[in-house]
Amino acid sequence: MTFFSTPRVRPYLRRAGTALAQRLLQALLVALLVGTLCFFMTRMLPGDMAYRIAAGRYGYDMVTTAAAEAVRLELGLDRPWPAALAEWWGRLLQFDLGVSQVTAQPVAMEIAWQLGPTLNLSLLAMALSLFIGPTLGVLAGLTPGGWIDRLTLAVSTVLRALPSFLLGLVLVLVFSVKLGVLPAAGHDDHGSILLPALTLALGMAAVSCRVARDAMVGVRGSAYFAFAMTKGLNTRQALARHGLRNVAAPVVAYLGVQLVYLVEGVVLVETIFAWPGIGHALVHAIFGRDVPMIQGTALVLGLMFVLFNALVDAACAFIDPRRRP
Amino acid sequence: MTMHTLSSDDFIDPAAGRRRPGRAQISGMVLLAAIACFAVFGPWLIGIDPAVQQLERYLEAPSLAHPLGLDQLGRSALARLAHAAQLSLALALISVLSAAIPGTLLGLLAAWRGGWLERVLAAIADAVLALPGLLLVLLLAAFAPGGFWPLYVGISLALWVEYFRVVRAATRILMASPHVEAARLLGFGPLHIVRRHLLPELLPRLFTLMRFGFAGAVLAMAALGFVGVGLQPPTAELGVMMIELLPYYGEAPWLIGAPVLVLFLTLLGLLLLSPETEAA
Repeated sequence: MTFFSTPRVRPYLRRAGTALAQRLLQALLVALLVGTLCFFMTRMLPGDMAYRIAAGRYGYDMVTTAAAEAVRLELGLDRPWPAALAEWWGRLLQFDLGVSQVTAQPVAMEIAWQLGPTLNLSLLAMALSLFIGPTLGVLAGLTPGGWIDRLTLAVSTVLRALPSFLLGLVLVLVFSVKLGVLPAAGHDDHGSILLPALTLALGMAAVSCRVARDAMVGVRGSAYFAFAMTKGLNTRQALARHGLRNVAAPVVAYLGVQLVYLVEGVVLVETIFAWPGIGHALVHAIFGRDVPMIQGTALVLGLMFVLFNALVDAACAFIDPRRRP
Repeated sequence: MTMHTLSSDDFIDPAAGRRRPGRAQISGMVLLAAIACFAVFGPWLIGIDPAVQQLERYLEAPSLAHPLGLDQLGRSALARLAHAAQLSLALALISVLSAAIPGTLLGLLAAWRGGWLERVLAAIADAVLALPGLLLVLLLAAFAPGGFWPLYVGISLALWVEYFRVVRAATRILMASPHVEAARLLGFGPLHIVRRHLLPELLPRLFTLMRFGFAGAVLAMAALGFVGVGLQPPTAELGVMMIELLPYYGEAPWLIGAPVLVLFLTLLGLLLLSPETEAA
């Protein structure tokens, strides 16, 4: 309350507004890019588009010339492509995602089902990675060159060279096949989220661990940390009061870079673990050449990327007062 | 995985090109050289057609004639591995080059000319960066599933942006530096300034980007092949081989182990090349 009543609040809000506007622009760019690619995809796929869409809507047995012509007229498929593209964008900006050509359900409805599992998976993965990575990183950075430091460097190098889909495979072999403690795939209440989340989390932790370690080495060599120790705080107190916030700033800032890994990883890991989320749906839409589904899923994944980026921006400003005006 | 591992903030590393290679970098170079030799000369030295099937000898154990044995369709596993390695490295090489060259030129052009040209190029770059790289590759791969060219175009399109941004940012700073200003005032042409003053400063950063881009390309191809939206069987491709051989990992673990190892060692070699792994 006190913060918002200070005179400093106005530049803060202005800066937040600029950041928000940039992210909204990014969201718009995502929509235009995905929409344009999918528009040309529909035009380049073999066969007559009107018949294909009619088949998707009414079922393959119900496609008549009349139905196809009705679709052609309604969607403006007979018009030159610039006009059709403009209309395609217009529909997209009104969140009209169309109808899946495989299931004949509205794409928005399908995605509403898949969004939950994907968000659960990515948030759990992010939380796990932030728990594993920086913790080990701080321990490693407290004694640079010590055994924790060398061990985490080796493990993190191996993990970074291991693609997420192979890491997932290794985890399945260890935890499901050899030990039999966790389910290998699927979506139920018995811990099936753990392996895909751990796969993504370990990949991210491999990097954030090193970022935290380097930050911790920096903190350890800083004058304020030396002063905190000199004035009689023990390591734990000095860390809690002066160290952790300074370690957190680069870790959270780096999270912005890692979001690329997360969103790309979600697509692969969901597919491998048959996790019923948006990434899994995207890969299956590509199998089925279901362009409305490809567009919808890619769009939502892209928007999720933008949203997470905005959240990371906000977290950075919250942690590091130097990034506030 | 991360194709956009570097941002334009990362380029300030003046000592990167001059530092003597450490142990990690030397082992990375050795690894990469070995894999490159295998990929370039392997298919020719082995001399077995990777597509020829001997169905009655499926999953045959390694022998002198077939050092990795025969796969589930009785094809020579080593020959397939060599062809797959060649395909991966070739795709990575051409997509990195066709991203780096236009990206660098456009970056130089944008920083040099400024004005509306720079703003248009920067807007296009922002649009590409708005989407994670692999999604862009996936979307382009969806145009012609199973094709090599959509993969190549997608990876190059995702990668050129980094060169553009890094080169533009670095060039803008360099253009304001006294030695470049002096060269311009003395009347030297753009070509001379680029060659003598800009490229030497840019090259170490470009090599860093190329290393990450190369890893990203190899990885993207294998990942898409693995989940089934990249190249299709019977192509000998690392990801395709892994998913094909996965069901046989109990009977013939070396078969799936080989492509996994090649992919892992390629990525490890590229990772070890970077100076930052030497830190500890």
